[in-house]
Amino acid sequence: MEENIMKVNLRVWRQAGPKAQGAFVTYNNVETTPDTSFLETLDILNETLIEKGEEPIVFDHDCREGICGMCSLYINGHPHGPATGATTCQLYMRRFANGETITVEPWRSAAFPVIKDLMVDRNAFDKIQQAGGYVSFNCGGAQDANNLPISKVKADEAMDSASCIGCGACVAACKNGSAMLFVSAKISQLALLPQGEVEKDRRVRAMVAKMDELGFGNCTNTGACAAECPKNIKLANIGRMNRMFIAAKCKE
Amino acid sequence: MANLDNVKIMNPADSKIPEGPIAEKWTNYKAHQKLVNPANKRKLDVIVVGTGLAGASAASTLAELGFNVLNFCIQDSPRRAHSIAAQGGINAAKNYQNDGDSVYRLFYDTVKGGDYRAREANVYRLAEVANNIIDQCVAQGVPFAREYGGLLANRSFGGAQVSRTFYAKGQTGQQLLLGAYSSLNRQIQLGKVKSYNRYEMHELVLIKDKDGVERARGIIAKNLVTGKFERFAAHAVVIATGGYGNTYFLSTNAMGCNCSAAMACYRKGAYFANPAFVQIHPTCIPVHGDKQSKLTLMSESLRNDGRIWVPKNIEDAVKLQKGQIKGSDIPEEDRDYYLERRYPAFGNLVPRDVASRAAKERCDAGFGVNNTGLAVFLDFSEAINRLGIDVVRQRYGNLFDMYEEITDVNPGEFANEKNGVKYYNPMMIFPAIHYTMGGIWVDYELQTSVKGLFAIGECNFSDHGANRLGASALMQGLADGYFVLPYTIQNYLSDQITVPHFQTNTPEFDAAEAKCIADEEKLMNIKGTRSVDSIHKELGHIMWEYVGMARDKEGLELAISKLKDLRKTFEKDLFVPGTMDGMNIELDKAFRLNDFITMGELIAYDALSRNESCGGHFRTEYQTEEGEAKRDDQNCFYVSCWEYEGSDDKAPELIKEPLHYEAIKVQTRNYKS
Repeated sequence: MEENIMKVNLRVWRQAGPKAQGAFVTYNNVETTPDTSFLETLDILNETLIEKGEEPIVFDHDCREGICGMCSLYINGHPHGPATGATTCQLYMRRFANGETITVEPWRSAAFPVIKDLMVDRNAFDKIQQAGGYVSFNCGGAQDANNLPISKVKADEAMDSASCIGCGACVAACKNGSAMLFVSAKISQLALLPQGEVEKDRRVRAMVAKMDELGFGNCTNTGACAAECPKNIKLANIGRMNRMFIAAKCKE
Repeated sequence: MANLDNVKIMNPADSKIPEGPIAEKWTNYKAHQKLVNPANKRKLDVIVVGTGLAGASAASTLAELGFNVLNFCIQDSPRRAHSIAAQGGINAAKNYQNDGDSVYRLFYDTVKGGDYRAREANVYRLAEVANNIIDQCVAQGVPFAREYGGLLANRSFGGAQVSRTFYAKGQTGQQLLLGAYSSLNRQIQLGKVKSYNRYEMHELVLIKDKDGVERARGIIAKNLVTGKFERFAAHAVVIATGGYGNTYFLSTNAMGCNCSAAMACYRKGAYFANPAFVQIHPTCIPVHGDKQSKLTLMSESLRNDGRIWVPKNIEDAVKLQKGQIKGSDIPEEDRDYYLERRYPAFGNLVPRDVASRAAKERCDAGFGVNNTGLAVFLDFSEAINRLGIDVVRQRYGNLFDMYEEITDVNPGEFANEKNGVKYYNPMMIFPAIHYTMGGIWVDYELQTSVKGLFAIGECNFSDHGANRLGASALMQGLADGYFVLPYTIQNYLSDQITVPHFQTNTPEFDAAEAKCIADEEKLMNIKGTRSVDSIHKELGHIMWEYVGMARDKEGLELAISKLKDLRKTFEKDLFVPGTMDGMNIELDKAFRLNDFITMGELIAYDALSRNESCGGHFRTEYQTEEGEAKRDDQNCFYVSCWEYEGSDDKAPELIKEPLHYEAIKVQTRNYKS
């Protein structure tokens, strides 16, 4: 099997707990290959730490195919690292140079406190969704699916907004720690479809209020969120949400 | 060894299949089952472990009905459950395409696809409620793919001759899960569901009722952030914790997928059914090295337009293995489209087990196309030449991009032209562990052999027999959660309305929590030299080598003895760093690995006891002259149910649930004509 060995230095944020003082620790000459993923390289490093009797680096990860939204990591100053339109788990070492020093930090945001090392608490995202990210109806009462024709263009647009994986890269990338790309993606998905029309005012008011309450910042149209989003969620969603929010507020 | 000579036979009444013709069973059941009135529903608590399609849909629907639900997941949010990674689609018998589909045909295809080892009545009910799922999901705002006229689009999938699969790009599982998650969020907001994230179930708590019958009344779950065990009580417990594919270490499952909750139930008396039925998916990206942590699936939908092949000439295969030529250098006439050759009627759309074995057969014969000789080509040249790259990219663009990110090769890229035929870069694929058809045994009501304990979704065994068809997992998870369990659980709970809310300060909870703590102390105190992953990889090698795509008696016996040695290694030489205070990810992995080893043995025992080949279970001793699986309907027409014998060191006991087919004639599966 072809094994082009490469070595990298990993400068990793270590923090024992939510209230502990954290610091960077550099691990030199971690051996990996260009076809190995970034998270697998962290696995390799962790195995060597365990061999030495040390605790492994804690980081969130699960599906490792870019869809669950569990992995995070600020790598060399970018959420999910240097690749565009991809999550950290889809990042392969061929993106880095042999001998490079790679800095790895947790999401930077007051709304996402560190739990341990690189793992953060993103519960605030669930709370925003609970405030109104749904169509209010009970299972069992739905009409036949084809009784509700929806234009392909609208359905595709809704699908694009619905692709958000809730990873939090948008918040981490934003200088204001704003969650507006995340919130507007859900609001847009439901606003573009007739199913979401009925309670659109109520939804946008509730979700925006919850977002503000949880300490997320406001949008100043920098666009870092959309540039760093691993699922290419468009900035236009925020514009749509703002228009809907103003309209809903006016009706109050 | 399991004593296979004097096996117990289950009483047919235990499966609780309703009377009447197949098409009327579910209707009859619903008409006569006991219900709980609205005022009583709010007096009853239900624990649902898991938030995937089955868990989230069950939790939200039970809460909508008025029950108090406690819902647990090991991830940081319910939205991350591994159902989210399902790509291809969800089946339903809507017949929107007017191509001859019906509830009966979906039922028939699913039973046939499962190689006649599923329970007929359960599958019919699944096919019956499938249409409701599509209606429910559309009402939630799931953005399914649509035609220009505004109606829903369909595509075809393996094992079917109709187009009945609904999809949302290559992210169907994600969209369906986010739909269920949205309904769950509504109930959390309304206070009917209490959501516990980063909690892992360690123990099932049984309490005897006034008649001395043990009933599932709670769980001990570990708060993965604080490291503390916590107690939760309820009138019924539902587990929806997915499959056991990670027993093999490398699989398409997420890193956190594990079988510990199922094993906790098994050790408390829930039968484990058909563990040997493991699905090996034909279209995964091949293994690249020994540091790999997981395998990535390429959606089965690619087989709609992609053609699978290896070279006709062994010389070409050798050159490919040495990297001297590329797939696109081999012209049409020198390609062996072996699925089209062997199975003319279904071609590239044969079921997964058949496609996987055919790939293995070609690679074993030396025709593998990568440096390890363990890969075949999936080629889009013909589709691109027929439809144009734009149409092909519209259908599979995100999958092509995903493939490129991992392998550095773009499958849609023009590579070569020979004799006027344009060739594009093919993908390389190889089979990998993907889904587990086996699981906790349940009756028609989805209740396990433990009273008050229910199992839904991938974690039960009920609907897929020996092989699952594509786009049927999402269908089953949501059918169980939205439309089956919310009915059947009431038949149980209706007897419980006078039972008050449970306290957790009872001797049963004390004992269960003490056991959880003692088990962790044991793991911490081994203080050996081996990391969890190093032992897990060894487990995976044993499983893949001897209990993988092709099995035989000798290999399975060897596997069982190797697994016994591996357990000794685990118990004597494991090393877990850190302490029991606070988060300890290695300790959590060690807890899961202990259960994976038990699970591995269970798979091997089952594979050894089933003396036939069927679906995902292929015993090399039982095959036709053409190399097809040879079932033994005379002796093996049963569900194998394994009962725990009180210790992981003891072999489990086999109980057989005989299958009875009334509607379908059992015959040899034929995808050739």
